[in-house]
Amino acid sequence: MQVVSQVREPLITGGKTIRDITEDISSRVEESPSAAWLGGFAFSLLMFIAGGIYLGDLLWSGIGRWGLNKSVEWAWDITNFVWWVGIGHAGTLISAVLLLFRQKWRTSINRAAEAMTIFAVFCAGSFILMHVGRTWLAYWCLPLPNTYGSLWVNFNSPLIWDVFAISTYLSVSLVFWYIGLIPDFGTIRDRATGKIGRLMYGMLSFGWDGAAKTWMHYEAVSLILAGMSTPLVLSVHTIVSFDFATSVIPGWHTTIFPPYFVAGAIFSGFAMVLTLMLVIRKVYRLEDYVTMEHIEMMNIIIIVTGSIVGIAYTTEFFVAWYSGVEYEQYAFVNRATGPYWWAYWSMMTCNVISPQLFWIKKVRTSILATFVLSIIVNIGMWFERFVIIVTSLHRDYLPSSWVYFSPTIYDVMCYIFSFGLFFTFFFLFAKYFPVVNMAEVKAVWKESNPRVYRARRTVSEDEIPAADKKAIEKDLVHAH
Amino acid sequence: MEKNKHFLVGIFDDQDELLHAVEHIRHAGVKIHEVFTPYPIHTLEHELGYKRSYMPRAAFLFGATGTTLAIAMQSGMMGIDWPMIIGGKSFLAIPDFVPVTFESTVLLASFGMVGTFLVACGLHPLKAPRLFDRRSTDDKLVMAIDLGNNSLSEDQIKAVLKEAHANEIYRKDFTDEDNSESFLTYLVDLFTKGVTSSSRKLN
Repeated sequence: MQVVSQVREPLITGGKTIRDITEDISSRVEESPSAAWLGGFAFSLLMFIAGGIYLGDLLWSGIGRWGLNKSVEWAWDITNFVWWVGIGHAGTLISAVLLLFRQKWRTSINRAAEAMTIFAVFCAGSFILMHVGRTWLAYWCLPLPNTYGSLWVNFNSPLIWDVFAISTYLSVSLVFWYIGLIPDFGTIRDRATGKIGRLMYGMLSFGWDGAAKTWMHYEAVSLILAGMSTPLVLSVHTIVSFDFATSVIPGWHTTIFPPYFVAGAIFSGFAMVLTLMLVIRKVYRLEDYVTMEHIEMMNIIIIVTGSIVGIAYTTEFFVAWYSGVEYEQYAFVNRATGPYWWAYWSMMTCNVISPQLFWIKKVRTSILATFVLSIIVNIGMWFERFVIIVTSLHRDYLPSSWVYFSPTIYDVMCYIFSFGLFFTFFFLFAKYFPVVNMAEVKAVWKESNPRVYRARRTVSEDEIPAADKKAIEKDLVHAH
Repeated sequence: MEKNKHFLVGIFDDQDELLHAVEHIRHAGVKIHEVFTPYPIHTLEHELGYKRSYMPRAAFLFGATGTTLAIAMQSGMMGIDWPMIIGGKSFLAIPDFVPVTFESTVLLASFGMVGTFLVACGLHPLKAPRLFDRRSTDDKLVMAIDLGNNSLSEDQIKAVLKEAHANEIYRKDFTDEDNSESFLTYLVDLFTKGVTSSSRKLN
């Protein structure tokens, strides 16, 4: 008799042992930097410094350096802010939401995704600080006693909610990420053969010893952090969308914004995770940890969120027409056919049409197609924010103040600066931190390694090689 | 024998074997000091007879503090200290306070809970851990049995460990200095003696 049960493909392929997991991930930290890494790191630093020079001038001279004008008072740089903060959603989503849903495939990618999240939020935060203009007075956003009375911040303002949301999100994500890193730092500390390595990773590991009692508390802490991060991650982009939705600008003033922004954030975040993971996977030879199954899963999430975003675009249009408000209707017709038609149709093509290619199994299991589409999605998501922000502003109620926005070199260089910031951190992370959560992968190893997989998927006797039979029997006894 | 100084260490390879072993060893009347593993093993804490983690309670208490503080802060500032007329709306616009209240709750709950965790487990950057076997962060499951805390003799416990299918059994002794090593001595030791053991070489 032959019964084939529905068992998911093994998460870690290649017949790895637990020891191999340690070896594969830790040796990336222990070896000396490769030429490719040094080159990439140097290029990131170059972007950071070149952008930083322009940013320095911007801070000195004021944000008049940007291409903003009387009608378009928010444009390129707020687009960058929303873009980065959107990208910064995937990490926490992968580690928190997928943890709550017991999606074990997340273990191979959550570490890198969380790192990406944190660095993306750094970039988003840097744009907020730039927008303050007098960046050194940014602390005025906090409710601190002052000599004006005290005059407090306005808690009715979504901009203040944003200050709280983003700083909370950043700090909680950072803590969540670091707590996850502690056991792996312990592993690297115990493997270290040099004094500096032993000392540095020893301090980073907080004296971790892996005691069962510590693990018990650790598991509780992880689960609760995940539980709290889930509404947190949803709240952050909701509040970012409130920055627009609570205004009275046609094109911004819509109640669909929170879910639409959150879906878009997950969409772009997963695309960015894919872009980066495909590179890390190739360079670090992690094909057995980030398998085709992982890539396919993420591509499926991209279809789902891409379609939600597509529905949101259509709904916006419908509601604008249905509202009967002339200004609202004009804002949307102007988006699609006005002077910024090219941005609108880039957005539509990149975000709505291109991800639909993932319905084809061949496309969503192709590394090259996934890589290209993940970049296209990120371009599309940048355009989405640009379309929402700039096209809603550039033609206001008075035709005499209708203008066209063109970025200056300062807008461009601030964006380059953020890329430099992001990749500098990411390169450092990829070299000096374990890029895959070893402890979590080891924890799912037993139930998802190929041997057990074969054993659980009951097959006809003669399909099993004789050598494996004994091992399988042993595994099965333990499984019950 | 003195407590916390003389240990028997049993090494296991498989998590299910370890769980059976813990049950067997505890059943034989041997007190297990602690088990060190490279990854979390579910139900191990249950087998070892630990009480459930109190981290959820810590999170709740810190979270509740966050909620209270945030509501008090916002109503105090907006409603009492400096009421502002904004579009003729209520000074105490409670729905507007929801986002900041939520964020403060999460912030305090997370930081409070993680702080409690670090303090409860004694984790901090300047800690010099007392390690039984460096392979416990790699692939081995390491069980430590305190000889000073058990009435059975060393040989009897060894026999029990063997029955429980421990792959390796050895004795490990700590001196008083080992047990209360300061970060400074750890640092001096490290730089004078160098790195003496590494799980990369042990395996």
